[in-house]
Amino acid sequence: MTDYKMHLLICGGTGCKAAESDEIKKSLKNWIDELGLEDDVQVVFTGCFGFCEKGPIVKVMPDNTFYVNVKPDDAEEIVKEHLLKGRPVQRLLYTDPVSKKAISDSKGMNFYKKQLRIALRNCGFINPESIDEYISRDGYMALGKCLGELTPDETIKEIKDSGLRGRGGGGFPTGLKWEITRNVESDEKYVVCNADEGDPGAFMDRSILEGDPHSVIEAMAICGYCIGAENGLVYIRAEYPLAIERLKIALNQAREYGLLGEDILGTGFNFEIDIRLGAGAFVCGEETALIHSMEGLRGEPTFKPPFPSVSGYLGKPTNVNNVETFANIPVILNKGASWFSKIGTEKSKGTKVFALAGKINNVGLIEVPMGTTLREVIYDIGGGIKDGKGFKSVQTGGPSGGCLTKDFLDTPIDYDNLIKAGSMMGSGGMIVMDEDDCMVSIAKFYLEFTLEESCGKCSPCRIGNKRLHEILENITNGNGKEEDLERLKLLSNVIKDTSLCGLGQSSPNPVLSTILNFEDEYLAHVNEGKCPAGQCKALLKYEIIEDLCTGCTLCFRNCPVGAITGERRQPHYIDQSLCIKCGVCYEKCKFNAIRLS
Amino acid sequence: MTKIKTVADLKRIKDEVQSKIKLRENSDHPEQIVQVKVGMATCGIASGAKETMKYFVDELEQQAIDAVVTQTGCMGYCYAEPTVEVTLPGKDAVVFGYVNKEKAEEIIDVYIKRGELIDGVIPITFKTIDD
Amino acid sequence: MDTVQLTIDNKPLVVKKGATILEAAKSIGVHIPTLCHMKLDDMNIENKPGGCRVCVVEVEGRRNLAPACCTEVAEGMVVHSHSIRAINARRTVVELILSDHPADCLICAKSGNCELQDMAHHLGIREIHYKGEQSTYREDTSPAIIRDVDKCIMCRRCEMMCNEVQTVGVLSAINRGFNSVVSPAFEMNLDHSVCTYCGQCVAVCPTGALTEVNQTNNVVRALSDPAKTVIVQTAPAVRAALGEEFGMEPGTLVTGKLVSALRSLGFDKVFDTDFAADLTIMEEGTELLNRLTKFLEGDKDVQLPILTSCCPAWVKFFEHQFPQLKDIPSTARSPQQMFGSIAKTYFAEKMGIKREDLVVVSIMPCVAKKYECGRDEFKVDGNPDVDYALTTRELASLIKLANINFSRLSNEDFDQPLGESTGAGVIFGTTGGVIEAAVRTAYELYTKKPLPKIDFNELRGMEGIRQATIDFDGFPINIGIAHGLGNARELLKRIEEGESNFHAIEIMSCPGGCIGGGGQPYHHGNVDILKKRQMAIYQEDGNKKIRKSHENPYIIQLYEEFLGKPMSEKAHQLLHTEYFDRT
Repeated sequence: MTDYKMHLLICGGTGCKAAESDEIKKSLKNWIDELGLEDDVQVVFTGCFGFCEKGPIVKVMPDNTFYVNVKPDDAEEIVKEHLLKGRPVQRLLYTDPVSKKAISDSKGMNFYKKQLRIALRNCGFINPESIDEYISRDGYMALGKCLGELTPDETIKEIKDSGLRGRGGGGFPTGLKWEITRNVESDEKYVVCNADEGDPGAFMDRSILEGDPHSVIEAMAICGYCIGAENGLVYIRAEYPLAIERLKIALNQAREYGLLGEDILGTGFNFEIDIRLGAGAFVCGEETALIHSMEGLRGEPTFKPPFPSVSGYLGKPTNVNNVETFANIPVILNKGASWFSKIGTEKSKGTKVFALAGKINNVGLIEVPMGTTLREVIYDIGGGIKDGKGFKSVQTGGPSGGCLTKDFLDTPIDYDNLIKAGSMMGSGGMIVMDEDDCMVSIAKFYLEFTLEESCGKCSPCRIGNKRLHEILENITNGNGKEEDLERLKLLSNVIKDTSLCGLGQSSPNPVLSTILNFEDEYLAHVNEGKCPAGQCKALLKYEIIEDLCTGCTLCFRNCPVGAITGERRQPHYIDQSLCIKCGVCYEKCKFNAIRLS
Repeated sequence: MTKIKTVADLKRIKDEVQSKIKLRENSDHPEQIVQVKVGMATCGIASGAKETMKYFVDELEQQAIDAVVTQTGCMGYCYAEPTVEVTLPGKDAVVFGYVNKEKAEEIIDVYIKRGELIDGVIPITFKTIDD
Repeated sequence: MDTVQLTIDNKPLVVKKGATILEAAKSIGVHIPTLCHMKLDDMNIENKPGGCRVCVVEVEGRRNLAPACCTEVAEGMVVHSHSIRAINARRTVVELILSDHPADCLICAKSGNCELQDMAHHLGIREIHYKGEQSTYREDTSPAIIRDVDKCIMCRRCEMMCNEVQTVGVLSAINRGFNSVVSPAFEMNLDHSVCTYCGQCVAVCPTGALTEVNQTNNVVRALSDPAKTVIVQTAPAVRAALGEEFGMEPGTLVTGKLVSALRSLGFDKVFDTDFAADLTIMEEGTELLNRLTKFLEGDKDVQLPILTSCCPAWVKFFEHQFPQLKDIPSTARSPQQMFGSIAKTYFAEKMGIKREDLVVVSIMPCVAKKYECGRDEFKVDGNPDVDYALTTRELASLIKLANINFSRLSNEDFDQPLGESTGAGVIFGTTGGVIEAAVRTAYELYTKKPLPKIDFNELRGMEGIRQATIDFDGFPINIGIAHGLGNARELLKRIEEGESNFHAIEIMSCPGGCIGGGGQPYHHGNVDILKKRQMAIYQEDGNKKIRKSHENPYIIQLYEEFLGKPMSEKAHQLLHTEYFDRT
């Protein structure tokens, strides 16, 4: 076996792959071969590093040099300068936005400083297509320990003691769920991994499956051992081709090693895992809908009870956990419940992965201990608001979470605190908004999403959300009335109170939380016909400032609808009844003579 | 691929494959292990730094000493090449000059393993970009 | 039995474990309004998707309101079914449903029978606070059923009937969110699907989203055409249900008033499909005996069991789903079609009326009959044997239209010769009736002995699948009965797998048989109505002087004057049919 002196880790996550990381890898490999370094340098395609804002990422080990925004053409310089001569390529290093200093070692980057990677422990570190690399990181040791040393009850106790709660959004104690499923008598049971990640902008589960698929496989087998199931199913959306491919490779490797199949590790325990593809319906993240979809039925939720633990897939007891929950399991069993339960807050143990998005400098995937404040996440890890703008709101919990104001920035993140603050944990979406975002439009945007994704089964969600959306549409179009706010609240509360599943029970949250936290903005829309953030087109007005207009006719010539009139060298005028608010005149004017109001 | 039939099998495979990513593991916590940086600029390479580095990598591996061996640029002591900077856990970095195979052997045996200083230390008069 | 103690609206009560809040409330007379929920007790038919959310109640200690129809009671549960919060939510939900519903109640086919209309009335809704876009969808008209999905409230009852009870699987929810509708797969039209037109979807639809094709206008036009002779036949199950449309108790027999009303409407002759039912028994019974005789003689090719073929939805069902079995059912046409065929030949000749001047109308408990009379094999040179098939409900609307005071009508008798029938013909209207009628005749023809006992109680009942063995003078005849197409499928599977040793099987598509047909007055989920109709049918049978088809004097006369004998060449031509592979 060759002992490589250097390892070159290239991000093979979906984001970086989209930015040609395949090409970068090929090019690096070519130069390494060209210069005869193939015995010294190992090139590894890994899962996501999380720092997607600056992708593609290439990391050189052992010196932890972290290259950002790498292009295929940079390969030559990296190999010739760094690998051959030991001189890091300065221009590809990450520059700290505050100190403006280049940071070579990723350990020195604020983005990583406050993170604690448990679920993502192997992402960006190992080759996800190598079971050996997983095993070398204690992979399948937890399974071995359970099968060899622990009874199912002891294993479940360990999970319960760890305090792990479901990472899919509900936050139900994982150990308890396993115990309930274990205690139901049945000839057949199922373990289901929910990989139907559907929140807009979220990719926690995708990254885990792309970067560390074996951790999920191992955990599912452990779960099977605990609850008495011999079959596992991963329900994954078909829009995740890379995750599916890596998962398939991992499943085959596990089978070849005998870590899946019959008589695993000679203990007589049998376990197999199949993949079921979902068609990308958000509601199928709800476990009963997911199960129906797997059964070939319409993906819509049914009333609980019976819970899947009692009657799930094909009517058999079924334990459904999401990807991130499973990814935590092997670590907990290897390091012990007490190690895990020391991390986090009183009722929320461990870490949580978030997909940071929106108007933030460091868009990406992060994992922080529960109890980290929103401020730390947004400013320290996230690098603050883009373009130096002011922070306005952060939305957690996916499309049905709430929008929190700056007053909540010092809230330690955990299940209960977020609910108390009027939002929720959800599966880990976190979207930051700046002063340019109109909160009415934001609420409308989220509602558009739930409207599309509602299964249409229950009336409040099917029709109620539509009506909410229409009222919001009216408001952003300038046709709102003050009493609409009361109507929105009333209807929102009934939808929450009467909907069948979690989707409808939470879909009005963005409406309620924006009304609660940004009532002024709503009132400005309905009473003054103004959008303070300047986002609602219908409420905007383009006007020509006479004193500044030189009569150059540029705006007149560019207006697509002929709404601008005026003589040469005379101030021009915009006919508001014709203006379609396209903004062309505003962009074309060289004299700043066009005002937006 | 052979089947893993017992937990012992699994552990054996783990031991076998661990070296594959040991470099990565170690560089994840460099402060806890021995760090060796070999000056690999043109002057260093001309003086045999490549062979020196290879010797460190092989020898530390063979003696099962947890260490991370990296290359670095010119340290400015071109007269004393090959130069090697060694950092023991919890201690300041020490730079050795004229590190050929014999010197390297001495560094490993005396300084790294026993912690005793030996001749040939160059006083550090600059800061590296990593500082 | 395990019981649970709880409190509903401050009243303590004990109910059996597993009951829902809705059932518990009902047991102490607390009425919780429901819309999507529907349960036919004892028939294993229940729709509780928990989708409409009208039945939500407040349960102490729960974050959200709970749907009473699918929330099980729990020990110590405290329920407030009509708290302000529950009422407000309920009204808002109904307002929302109404905001997405066309407000054309004035001309809606379901007006007066609409459960949504009733709900709005019950909750005193006078204003819809939510206005906005209404979901729209094209109308889909088939030979028997019209889908006006704009009026669909997604209660999913039709879907449950089509999939779980009938196992036809045509209707299911498609699309998402506000655009969700119940539709055949790939949004195909009903007439391109495997729909059997059983009409059970229509029977349970709470609104006007699913209705039968209304042909009352065609009938009125025919009646007003002096050049036409318009005759009518009425199916057995109609007389056991029509009274309900005029406020009479379910199970009231209105045979005499029915005849009287039809005559008042201007039909030239009022005949009885029961007559044709007797005729069916002659043909089908003979066919059964022929097959049995061959079987006993050791003919290995003989197809047994024989399956009844009176039910058009059942015929279409096996043509789509079990075409490989299409040689098993009897080739005898249904009574409706036998009547039409005889009317437009024997009767027309007898009266000297040209075929094209004779209009045959049938009154049926069924919507599939509309489709059946349009099948090409039941037409001569494009002229159908039966011109229009009206449902019981359509007849009721005609009677109301003509300002006939139904309850005060005198009892009148059917016209002859096609109006005379036996008790055997009457019981065609309920599950088990056709086979009982066949047994009565086949027994006597086979054994050449009079029946020791006319009532075969072993063949009666409401069980979905029933079986009985009748002793044919030493030869045991195994009879199977299924009603509801899901049960039929179950029986057919047993035949295919060679598990069955039946000689004859009766199949009816609708739960309960024709008394529960898709064209009957709406039962609104009350199974007692079906049971009472069934009792009425047996009562009518018991009242008849002649109770065996082969003793019907006009049937005997028909064979003597026209057909020769059962299964004769003429009988084959006029009274039998063939089936098609529709896969």
